[in-house]
Amino acid sequence: MSSIEANGKTYETDEEGYLADLNTWDKDVAAVMAGIDDCELTDSHWEVINFLREYYEEYQIAPAVRVLTKAIGKKLGKDKGNSKYLYELFPYGPAKQACKYAGLPKPTGCV
Amino acid sequence: MSMLHLVNKSPYENGNLNTASSIMKSGDVLLLIEDGVYGAVKSGKASAMLEGCAVSVMGPDLAARGITEDKLADGVNVVDYAGFVELVEKNDKVQSWL
Amino acid sequence: MAEETKKFMYINRKAPYGTIYAWEALEVVLIGAAFEQDVSVTFMDDGVYQLVKGQDTSGIGMKNFSPTYAALGDFEITKIYVEKESLEERGLTLDDLQHLVWEDEDEDWAEKDSIRLVNRAELGDVLADQDVLFNF
Repeated sequence: MSSIEANGKTYETDEEGYLADLNTWDKDVAAVMAGIDDCELTDSHWEVINFLREYYEEYQIAPAVRVLTKAIGKKLGKDKGNSKYLYELFPYGPAKQACKYAGLPKPTGCV
Repeated sequence: MSMLHLVNKSPYENGNLNTASSIMKSGDVLLLIEDGVYGAVKSGKASAMLEGCAVSVMGPDLAARGITEDKLADGVNVVDYAGFVELVEKNDKVQSWL
Repeated sequence: MAEETKKFMYINRKAPYGTIYAWEALEVVLIGAAFEQDVSVTFMDDGVYQLVKGQDTSGIGMKNFSPTYAALGDFEITKIYVEKESLEERGLTLDDLQHLVWEDEDEDWAEKDSIRLVNRAELGDVLADQDVLFNF
């Protein structure tokens, strides 16, 4: 088991850096995870991260990227519901990278 | 001599509930656990097999499957894990119909 | 692309929690949805129990995956067949099941029912019309 330090707290992760327990998530660990990838979290990032956490809370799964794109478009507007916008925010892949910062398990169907 | 009969499979999937309920003697108790709890639903065809049997079901297994107590056949007794242990203690033998 | 689209049917015949089939099937369905095929899902025999509403697994230490069925519409799985005879034998009606819907993007996200109640003969016709059948 690996771990990440944020603000004096230790968070257990799997070998790919996803949180072992999504209940241990907070904004500090999200920011530290993003920092490891040289990514600074802006309001636009948080919009997606918060959306993912709400989606997981309701459905108990992370959405596939196609589902995420469509749902973001519906919730946050068409200008944001496209893969270009999401890939600019999360260049390592919106589903994978944003799910990681949101403390969710790796999305089903991602390799 | 009393026997506790355990059934953990749905009566619509195999014949274990049929076997257990028809072999039981007076004084025996039938405990439905896991997918076996579907047999205790009053409106289901399988509940007819329970007639004349002393039947208990595991409460946590009912809740997991979305079965509320008002859906159970008359006379079915809901137990928790402690109640399960008590039934094992109270009866001389345990037979699991796996 | 269009001519390569195949009709995939996932047939669920096991109750949830007693075995791992139901959860595994759901995961396969969600992964399969990424391949943009024409996907349908059937719930028959004990599989109809998967859709019963009000599941609470806190007492058995297992993940409650029943909320995930409501995400099928997001994954563009909009044809969910439930067999009438299986419900009746178990003393269930459609009211005992989750109300599953999908949102039609082309009609301003109008909610439409996903569940289609079919009898055994009708289900037979649906199955006969598929290209690939997956059983769980």
